[in-house]
Amino acid sequence: MKKLLSALFAISLVIVGLFAIQRYLVAKENAAAGTSGSGSKVLNIYNWGDYIDPSLLTKFTKETGYRINYETFDSNEDMYAKVKQGGTSYDIVVPSDYMVEKMRREKMLLPINRKKFKGFKYYDKRFLNKSFDPGNKYSIPYFWGTLGIVYNDKFVKRSEVESWDQLWSSKFRDKILLVDSARDDFAFSLISMGKSVNDKRPADVQAAKAKLDALMPNVKAILDDEIVMYMVQEEAPIGITWSGEASEMIAENKHLHYVIPKEGSNIWFDNLAIPKTAKHFKAIYKFLNFMSEPKNAAQNAEYVEYSTPNKGAIKILPKSVTGDQQFYPSNKTLKNLHVYSDLGQKWTQIYNDLFLEFKMTSR
Amino acid sequence: MKKGKLFFAVLYVLWLALFVVVPIALLLFQSLTSESGQLTLNNFVSYFSSGTYLRMTFNSIFYAFLITLITLVISYPTAYLLSQLKNRQFWLLLVILPTWINLLLKTYAFIGLLSRDGTANSFIGLFGISPQQLLFTDSSFVLVSSYIEIPFMILPIFNALNEIDRDLVQASRDLGANSWQTLWRLIIPLSMPGVKSGVQSVFIPSLSLFMITRLIGGNRVITLGTAIEELFLTTQNWHMGSTIGVILIIAMVATMVITRERKKSVLRRGGK
Repeated sequence: MKKLLSALFAISLVIVGLFAIQRYLVAKENAAAGTSGSGSKVLNIYNWGDYIDPSLLTKFTKETGYRINYETFDSNEDMYAKVKQGGTSYDIVVPSDYMVEKMRREKMLLPINRKKFKGFKYYDKRFLNKSFDPGNKYSIPYFWGTLGIVYNDKFVKRSEVESWDQLWSSKFRDKILLVDSARDDFAFSLISMGKSVNDKRPADVQAAKAKLDALMPNVKAILDDEIVMYMVQEEAPIGITWSGEASEMIAENKHLHYVIPKEGSNIWFDNLAIPKTAKHFKAIYKFLNFMSEPKNAAQNAEYVEYSTPNKGAIKILPKSVTGDQQFYPSNKTLKNLHVYSDLGQKWTQIYNDLFLEFKMTSR
Repeated sequence: MKKGKLFFAVLYVLWLALFVVVPIALLLFQSLTSESGQLTLNNFVSYFSSGTYLRMTFNSIFYAFLITLITLVISYPTAYLLSQLKNRQFWLLLVILPTWINLLLKTYAFIGLLSRDGTANSFIGLFGISPQQLLFTDSSFVLVSSYIEIPFMILPIFNALNEIDRDLVQASRDLGANSWQTLWRLIIPLSMPGVKSGVQSVFIPSLSLFMITRLIGGNRVITLGTAIEELFLTTQNWHMGSTIGVILIIAMVATMVITRERKKSVLRRGGK
């Protein structure tokens, strides 16, 4: 009993100690930023993991005195659920295109005040005014990318993967890694049949599922973010994934390359938006303007390694980055890229149920 | 003294109510309502009329059964051996040690072992065998899951074996039973409670494994865990997700009932 008590006491002591250290570190950070711990000089950001250059956050705090509470999420759906519950007062969230549409429709976003946000002039017009948010009333594009094919030049030639249809070739038996996302796998199946990525015709969607089933013998695995590690380790020669993940793979293995197939593909946008839970409006607009500054946007793009929609930043970034057709495709390719629209609950369910069925197809 | 007891009971009842009864009630409620909030049995109807869900249920039960069987076959002799050793607490510690390591880390370690140029393939390469596809197969999934579950099988069996009175074993030898008879007629029946709780603590979590199905199984092994993950995180159809949750709870209760200790029957057998 005595032993147990002293163990309990020791654990409590460690907890108290850690807590004190944490308080001290926060206080020190605040002192460095010239703010007091409590009070309203804070900004609550809810972003994807590892999706901003942390030194920009420090810089922002130093310049403006606002302390940033930074939280991360793994999926649009997680973020949506948390904002909807309204427990935490996030000031800025980063939804993708279809999620902007959904949140906008459900009145979960606040419009962007053009008098306070002056950054739109820095953005490339090709990436503004998209169908998910006409006139960019509620969202500012943050990064964008595409869906495509990563191949390993040790095993596959570029000419073998320039079209989606080539994936069905019997020579790729058990060689393809797919991204674990109903929407994206249906997208390339639909595109390969000449249909829209937002198709809601039962016959078309069933046909896309049947076509995916036919691909199954070539599919080695259906993976989430692990696909990056597996492609780098050369577990498979072909992967279907997003350009962002592709750039991470290429950075680690020089034999990997990214192609946007010639029939076209999906283009996606992650966007800065203000949820209805927002409270610190002064800080919000300071931050939005700060992130749109070409210099900061360029620094961020260099850290995150995704494609930036900020044309001022594109000018600053080295030519080796912005001239790369893999991640800054030509206008001709861009014309063939389509944005996802929100399918609505019923069709999201249909797509995903069919996707689950597809996963259960035996080889 | 009485007051003190009551105080402890209050805490326990509160805990049970808040973290056991209320969540299960909410789960049941979600499963019995539709998107618009109306009471309905539709979720269960669509579950039992969907070939996809039924096949997934079959998969879950099949793999959980396989994992339980494999862990049991490995664990019983291991636990028996451990209970005979001199420094058994030390050896037991080595068995338990892996459970101190985070599940995700252990899974990633297996990726390193099983991948195309991983340790396992380099090893068979020494004998001139070309690299085999080990990851993303049913067997790799069963291997990794069994590895992760094994300590939970060994521990209760070991405890049960350890509690067997040594005098009983000696008595059985004195009365002329050979080692085989002693094992079969004495040790195995007396360690049954340990086996049963081992089966429970392996079979039940194995029914809804999900992360390993993707990381190691490459989504080529689909169990109900995969469906729940998708229904809650992607399509946000909490009603259908809860329905599967309720069905899993029922399956678990059934497992508990089947493997529960039947005190009476043991006594009766003793009386024969």
